[in-house]
Amino acid sequence: MKNSTGWLINRWETMTLIRHAEERIAGMVESGEVGCPCHLYIGQEAIAAGVCAALRSEDTVWGGHRSHGHYLAKGGSLAGLFGEVLLKATGCAAGRGGSMHLAAPEVGVLGTVPIVAGTVPLAAGAAFAYKMRGEDTVAVAFFGDGALEEGHVHESMNLAALYRLPLVLICENNLYASHLHWSERRAADNLYRAGEFHSVPGERVDGNDVEAVYQAARSAVERARGGEGPTLIECRTFRWRGHVGASFDLDVGVARRGELAEWLPLDPLQRLTDQLTERGVADLTLREQAIDARIGGAMEAACAH
Amino acid sequence: MRTLTYAQAIREAHAQLLALDPRVFVIGQGLWSPWYAGSSLEGLDSEFGCARMVDSPVSENAVTGMAVGAALAGLRPIVFHPRMDFMLLAMDPIVNQAANWSYLFSSKGGVPLVIRAVINRGGEQGAQHSQALHAMFMHVPGLKVVMPATPYDAKGLLMAAIKDSGPVLYIDDRWLYGESGEVPEEPFTVVIGEAIVRRRGSDVTLIGVSWMAAECVRAAALLEHEGIDAEVIDLRTLKPWDKELVAASVSRTGRAVVADGGWRTAGASADIAVEVTERCFHDLKAPVVRVTLPDAPAPANRSEELVYYPGAEQISSAARALLERIAKRAAA
Repeated sequence: MKNSTGWLINRWETMTLIRHAEERIAGMVESGEVGCPCHLYIGQEAIAAGVCAALRSEDTVWGGHRSHGHYLAKGGSLAGLFGEVLLKATGCAAGRGGSMHLAAPEVGVLGTVPIVAGTVPLAAGAAFAYKMRGEDTVAVAFFGDGALEEGHVHESMNLAALYRLPLVLICENNLYASHLHWSERRAADNLYRAGEFHSVPGERVDGNDVEAVYQAARSAVERARGGEGPTLIECRTFRWRGHVGASFDLDVGVARRGELAEWLPLDPLQRLTDQLTERGVADLTLREQAIDARIGGAMEAACAH
Repeated sequence: MRTLTYAQAIREAHAQLLALDPRVFVIGQGLWSPWYAGSSLEGLDSEFGCARMVDSPVSENAVTGMAVGAALAGLRPIVFHPRMDFMLLAMDPIVNQAANWSYLFSSKGGVPLVIRAVINRGGEQGAQHSQALHAMFMHVPGLKVVMPATPYDAKGLLMAAIKDSGPVLYIDDRWLYGESGEVPEEPFTVVIGEAIVRRRGSDVTLIGVSWMAAECVRAAALLEHEGIDAEVIDLRTLKPWDKELVAASVSRTGRAVVADGGWRTAGASADIAVEVTERCFHDLKAPVVRVTLPDAPAPANRSEELVYYPGAEQISSAARALLERIAKRAAA
């Protein structure tokens, strides 16, 4: 099914918002205005944008240390993000947590915390609550490839399959857990199959293709809403910046430098921009300016106190 | 008033909570089997259905995490750990998630979760089936820890825990399951954080919680035969514990014995003893003494168990030694 131009523009706006907001944060990390550890999402925006496009406002998302994108794609306040990263009272957690601790339950961001995969069982518990109350709400857990090395993710998959919970598991495989490449952590490149033993079906998609991510997420969300249980989606992508901080992470070896050069041309946002240009959309620059104005306004609001 | 056992009181609290509040559910191991919970959950699965009495796989970490998530999504879960030892596998959801979450996102609401853990020791069960780990959790900001010693408190504290907006660790003790006492039939709560004086006395204050509070009551009876008038305080809540009530008592008696069923080093007794010393230093007639487990894993052999677990004998000896020490000093 072909997505409409309007739909693509909406995704483009979400991804641009995430990209530009994070570049602003990266600048503040470099200047020292932001002191808390920031794990940037740049390069992975299509995943948050694609998955959240498949959700209703009452559906909930749960994340980890690299969750600015999830928070924004689900509709979390931009000023709340900036305020939190700056540890101000205007932050979404009142400045108590910083970049790694975001929540906006009013739009379904129930929480993001940095213990690896810490929120995966919590998302399953929320799904349990929706099912128990007879609601058709869905919970989505976002986590990285390193998370599948945590035992409680496997426990959660078994429980979610056993109780047929409305849960969608989004594994963003950016190939690195902190500084370790997947091949230094696993014997085989097969994360999408991690749920097989637990009767959780899995699928692998191009995480830099927002339409492919959306398509997979929509099927998984429908399956969850229909009472058929959890699905695991492995989204292949690449983290442009370091594990933490603003640098391009060229310090973890020559191989990584080569990989970044391979992945930069696969930029999910540029791909979408090209697609829209091909379709004759001519006002992207104007839209970009409007987003930047929004970012400027949110930064002012965040710093108002 | 009607009499119930401690286990029956726990069961009644569950039954009333399940009946009164559709948000309440119980999840954990052994809910459908008397092997795990004794009679404390008996028949609740048939009364309220297996969908609200969820006997789960042995996945302590994820099951506890699910309970945290369900609480954040608006339910009032009671997650059940029939042996506290196994709950160590759930440290992340309890400490990192539930406890910290209640601080980090307090502006977005609390984590209304009850974590029920059972101390189930003795009976030659050995080191990994015998641990009383309350002090580990008492250490964590954001967690409340309640430890009832009587059937009345067993019911009232569970009902208070479920009403609390933050995570509450409710620790009960299998050794108390057969104790009888008066318990009101209607729902009621015991205030979290309030200790109670079990016996008035003027010579020495005995401070305990859970099983050791019951042993303090027995120790006071032994001391009474010797003309020693002991005051007994049952803390009931270990975090936050009632420092005012304890300090007022010790300031009056001038002597304190702290009895705890956990280990000595960095145990609950250490915190209580130092707090009493700080608050009552000028009223103390002798150093605060402690009766605890030795700093050693639990033995399995019955004869070693008898030595390992202190009780009324050791508490009364400690109190007696305190008074003798003072008498000697007065004579010298």
